[in-house]
Amino acid sequence: MSKMIMSGNEAVARGFYEGGGHFAAAYPGTPSTEILENIGGLYKDVIYSEWSPNEKVAAEAASGASIGGMRSICTFKHVGMNVAADPIFTMGYCGVNGALIFVTADDPACHSSQNEQDNRLYAPHAKLAMVEPSDSQECKDFMIKAMELSEEYDVPVLFRMTTRVCHSKSVVELGERTEVPVRKYEGNAAKYSMLPVNAKKRHIIREDLLAKMEEYANTCELNKVEEAEGAKIGIITSGISYQYVKDVFGETASVLKLGLTYPLPRKLMADFASKYETLYIVEEGEPYLENTVKALGFTNAIGKEKLTIQGEFNTKVVRDSLLGAQDEFRYQVETVNVPARPPVLCAGCPHRGFYFALSKMRDKFVSLGDIGCYALAINPPLSGFDTCVCMGSGFSLLVGLSRALKAQGDTRKAIGELGDSTFFHSGLTSLIDIVASESNVVACILDNSITAMTGHQQNPGTTKNLMGYESPAIDIESAVRSLGIDDDHLRVFDPVDQEAAKEALEAALKAEGPFVIITKRPCALIKEVQKANAGKHVKMNPDKCVGCKQCMKIACPSIAFDEANKKAYIADIANCNRCGLCIQQCKFDAIEKVGE
Amino acid sequence: MTKAIILVGVGGQGTITTSTILSKGLIEKGYDVKMSEIHGMSQRGGTVVTQIKYGDKVYSPIVGEGEADLIVSFEKIEAVRAIPYLKEGGTVITDTREILPMPVLTGAAEYPKDAIDELKKAVPNVIVVEAYKVAEELGNVKAQNIVLLGALVKQLGLDDVDWKGLVAKNVPEKLVDLNLSAFEKGYQM
Repeated sequence: MSKMIMSGNEAVARGFYEGGGHFAAAYPGTPSTEILENIGGLYKDVIYSEWSPNEKVAAEAASGASIGGMRSICTFKHVGMNVAADPIFTMGYCGVNGALIFVTADDPACHSSQNEQDNRLYAPHAKLAMVEPSDSQECKDFMIKAMELSEEYDVPVLFRMTTRVCHSKSVVELGERTEVPVRKYEGNAAKYSMLPVNAKKRHIIREDLLAKMEEYANTCELNKVEEAEGAKIGIITSGISYQYVKDVFGETASVLKLGLTYPLPRKLMADFASKYETLYIVEEGEPYLENTVKALGFTNAIGKEKLTIQGEFNTKVVRDSLLGAQDEFRYQVETVNVPARPPVLCAGCPHRGFYFALSKMRDKFVSLGDIGCYALAINPPLSGFDTCVCMGSGFSLLVGLSRALKAQGDTRKAIGELGDSTFFHSGLTSLIDIVASESNVVACILDNSITAMTGHQQNPGTTKNLMGYESPAIDIESAVRSLGIDDDHLRVFDPVDQEAAKEALEAALKAEGPFVIITKRPCALIKEVQKANAGKHVKMNPDKCVGCKQCMKIACPSIAFDEANKKAYIADIANCNRCGLCIQQCKFDAIEKVGE
Repeated sequence: MTKAIILVGVGGQGTITTSTILSKGLIEKGYDVKMSEIHGMSQRGGTVVTQIKYGDKVYSPIVGEGEADLIVSFEKIEAVRAIPYLKEGGTVITDTREILPMPVLTGAAEYPKDAIDELKKAVPNVIVVEAYKVAEELGNVKAQNIVLLGALVKQLGLDDVDWKGLVAKNVPEKLVDLNLSAFEKGYQM
């Protein structure tokens, strides 16, 4: 069989394919996104896949496929599981027909997330089995095993990964796909209709099955002891932490590496723990394994006493925490002060136009942001918004916050912003609340025709779907109008157009009741957009530039200022797409168009 | 022995393509390889770090501080930023390319003028490769990453791999010849 270097996400997709998977659904979210991208891109001939509007819908779509007899998968980032929790908890009681796998991609260290929640805690809470791979080969192998276990124990499986497992690449041995027939659907209300009378019975069945599964966990191949001869240290670990343990301890400690982490193999853990004077529990995040080990009576176990609950581990963190910090040599270049390089809105980004217009009237608004590329507008000089909590909150928070402002005599108007994909995700229901509650607020949909932040995924507003087929594009403006928003309370415009943006924001200030702004301009990085803009850029005419720095106010990464000559210049022509925002800023016509 | 390499640059410079080609070559040579990348919050403009470890058996995919045998930097101040990761006696290959970060553009910070001279004072093994300039002369600045790949392969002495074949397979078809020249130039520098 051939070997390939694959990311954990690619390997999960491969495992689902080889294991005979049929149905995949997800909402994009770093670090999980590439799983569905790979399924949709590589395996669409045998697996149906879709970007659902949100994680709850994806989890339900996958549950429906499972009830119908298909091997199904739903993936999300850790916070996405919160959105999907409702159906997941109940499917924990129902169980499955075809295998049902929920993949959670946790993000300790918040590389691109709003918190560090440890979704392992969901497994006992929702009564799901849980599997944790520690490299790409295991991502593939464990996925195949997880599908088998799901059907054997009639239970959804939580497949738990973290950023370093998802995004690190390692060597994977490929196999062939095993075709698994779709299981016959037979209506079974007692199993899939969780009215109280049925739910109580299913709860009993679930507990019995989990008890049986724990017996299996004690002896299964996913949980293994790597015994080091004569070792006095024993370590219990799982997931990526295993790799750091091996780097630090090599053959000087015995390791119990857990791959099936719910139900936990308590007998196996107790047997292992009883053999070692020194017992370390190495796990990122919450003391999940540690609490069980200590509950088994091994109060000598050392876990969170020494290893941080915050952020992510690496070899050095594990070594320093358990064996003591060493004085190590480091090169330093103390004479150079390296400026920070925060991520920024790209050159030609449509969001810059909207937030620049808003920044000119920012004192009249209390602005609430949301999750998406536009969150990058938080930094100065745009300083776009005061809050960013979760998907859709940019609208829903307005309902409460506007009333709180009124109650304290603050006359500023509450304005919230979110993107097209976020609107379909949960902004739509939030807007319904704004309309139904007759809130005196401004709801802005910054439509850039793509889910940009996670790397350009299709959404219900795009004309293609995940598998690359044509799909009906849902028109946001029609949806907004259908809620009762009339011409006086709606503005639709290109956000680069500063006149239009100013008129809209002024109208929004004067209006009473719900007011909606829709900005429409596609993301500058969409391939077709880049193609259409090829060769287009601006150039600075140094004879006309007076050095007033007005063009610097838009914070475009393509424009720089030469302090020696007191002139602005185009520092990055390659990424300029001549959006024209800077041209509007220049009163001296020093910025000229190049290209057709 | 495990070797560790860090590639640093700015979003859009092609660090990930370089790492991918390098990983494939190392596998061809029979090494166990792990590669780690962090996708920043933005498509472009932020610091991008890719890490590669290879050897008989690699566990952790992450290169920690003081662990890198080689740092390859696509932008000169990013080389300075990454320096704590260099192992004692390790080597830095850096381009002289400057990409101004937003705090510099807005005037909130200054771009260090003498970063490479200061780097050379602090670190004995610094190799300067004008990869961006070479790529520009070849007709496409985007080939900067392949020039640096050539320099990197030479530095590591990873000769008996069909690097040019791998480059050809991993760049757009119409840019194959240009990238092969870029690799050759980097290798000869």
